[in-house]
Amino acid sequence: MSKAENKRPLVEVRNLKQYFPIKTGLFKTEMLKAVDDVSFYINEGETLGLVGESGCGKTTVGRTLLHLYEPTAGEILYDGEPVTEKNILSMRRKMQMVFQDPYSSLDPRMTVEDIIGEPLDVHKLYSTKAERREKILHLMELVGLNAEHATRYSHEFSGGQRQRIGIARALAVNPKFIVCDEPVSALDVSIQAQVINMFEELQEKLGVAYLFIAHDLLVVHHISDRIAVMYLGKIVETGTADDVNYNSIHPYTCSLMSAVPIPDPDFIRGRKRIVLEGDVPSPLHMPSGCPFRTRCQHACEKCAQEMPPLTDRGNGHMVACWVK
Amino acid sequence: MENKTPKKNPLSMQLNLSKFNSYMFEKATDEEKRQQDVMSESTTFFKDGMRKLMKNPLAVGSMIVLGLILIIIVFAPLFIPYRYEEILSVNGVRDKGAKNLRPFEYSKLEQQYIEAGGTRFPHIFGTDEQCRDYFIRVIYGTRVSLVVGFFASIIVLIIGMLYGSISGYLGGKVDMIMMRIVDIIYSLPDMLIIILLSVVLQTILKFQPGSLLDSLGTNMISLFIVFGMLYWVGMARLIRGQILSIKQNEYILAAKSIGAPTGMIIKRHILPNCISVIIISTALQIPSAIFTESYLSFVGLGVQAPMPSLGSLANAARGGLQNYPYKLLFPALMICLIVLSFNLLGDGLRDAFDPKLKK
Repeated sequence: MSKAENKRPLVEVRNLKQYFPIKTGLFKTEMLKAVDDVSFYINEGETLGLVGESGCGKTTVGRTLLHLYEPTAGEILYDGEPVTEKNILSMRRKMQMVFQDPYSSLDPRMTVEDIIGEPLDVHKLYSTKAERREKILHLMELVGLNAEHATRYSHEFSGGQRQRIGIARALAVNPKFIVCDEPVSALDVSIQAQVINMFEELQEKLGVAYLFIAHDLLVVHHISDRIAVMYLGKIVETGTADDVNYNSIHPYTCSLMSAVPIPDPDFIRGRKRIVLEGDVPSPLHMPSGCPFRTRCQHACEKCAQEMPPLTDRGNGHMVACWVK
Repeated sequence: MENKTPKKNPLSMQLNLSKFNSYMFEKATDEEKRQQDVMSESTTFFKDGMRKLMKNPLAVGSMIVLGLILIIIVFAPLFIPYRYEEILSVNGVRDKGAKNLRPFEYSKLEQQYIEAGGTRFPHIFGTDEQCRDYFIRVIYGTRVSLVVGFFASIIVLIIGMLYGSISGYLGGKVDMIMMRIVDIIYSLPDMLIIILLSVVLQTILKFQPGSLLDSLGTNMISLFIVFGMLYWVGMARLIRGQILSIKQNEYILAAKSIGAPTGMIIKRHILPNCISVIIISTALQIPSAIFTESYLSFVGLGVQAPMPSLGSLANAARGGLQNYPYKLLFPALMICLIVLSFNLLGDGLRDAFDPKLKK
């Protein structure tokens, strides 16, 4: 993708680690490595898709980016400036988040107007009541809500409309970067398409960058410029959307791609489905070396000894695998 | 020719348009058009809740009953010429015949007085065995019971809310220690503490004679103290649980990601979301405090004689139950009315202020 190349990174994550202490016995605490040494970057106006199965740490990455969790180690840079606990309030005017569940992410006690207006209140982005209302109505129009919806409570809306409210709330501070934490996985397929298209339209209009977290590969391929694949808290493959999709190298990505349903019977018949053996290991007891080796059919001795580094396979296509 | 309606097929289920004419239709008025408008108008949360509360017949009924009781206990003592501790007398002569009169009955002395041209206010509920007007005693008993119920609930609410919300919001170790304290308090026998406290307080507390506190008596004061010390634990647990579950919601996380400070999150998101639980449990706390006061008075630990309370009146009526059953009926009925009304009102409030139940 040409648009990704001549731009500087807007958000850069370097060696991010997020461990959670878990009580395993009376006096024992172990570290749950939700995110382990993750690095990536997102350019201005670009979308990075973050894929992986449930529990692999995608959501944790998104939340740590916004300092909803204090990162254990690593750096988060916004426009070259590190995001810390001190400047987080001003950073939250530039980075926002859309949540997964549109049913629990909106306060049932508040009207739509107040929900969308809350970021304006927090950051004092208006001087008069009329200006506040005008801004809210503008945001509602931007996400395709009617002005008369403003005085209603969130439970009066459908899932898709609720997600639009959530997006309008994220857009209220006029951010340059939005973390979308599985924003469509709680929605109907038909509604998913509408919301995805809206995300793309908003990107064209406002030039926002997205970190788009999802487990639906087709959706991610559709919306993303680049994709990063996560497995057990580590990024195993990253590259342009087409590279990761059509020329996937890492065995885990290959098995993910082989599971994508494609509405073409001839293609499906000719395709070999890679079925993984066993379960995802517990992040409390991570396998040594490559986390995927316990389920990998190509695993060799070296995989058990050392974690493979991400190596460039051309055109920025990085893969962490010894074998392939 | 081109405007002709096609002839209707006799088997067709379609409406026969040729049967209708323009004069059969009339234009919708502006008001009718407005009724088609599906959008509800903008209201505040409180107004919306009150509107729904007013639609609930049980809640409105209990509010009317409570209002009537309130009016009676406030204004009746102003025009009833007897006092609650006054032993009846006619023209300065003690009326010994005015003992255990039936409702609206006059004693012989009073009848003579009325025949001689005097006016005597009727004894609406009769009199008790010490020749005191029973109606005014029931009214004062209701006053005492309501005041006790109201203030005890306020004490419980304030202490319970502060304790519970601190424990729930901070969580972790603070929560654990605070909840173990609650468990310890839960295990203390309340009856024993009330008895011990009233014994102790009797020796140390001295009120000005004639003041309100003095007429309530040390038993009442120890009752309040016990409420403040022991009975808030239920409320604290309830509010802690509410806050713990509200804290898990993604909208709290969303507010944090916006950058809202903690105070704003508590004020805007957490408290409004547990206000319905607070309202209903306070409304239900009032009758339970009235009950507690009543049974304490019933066993003789309540207000100090001659100040009546509904419980002590019921206790006094126990003696002559076979001859004067109405003496038990009036205070018991009053307790029932108050408790039932508060319970129904609490239910109505919960239905009205919970947006998930919005029709």
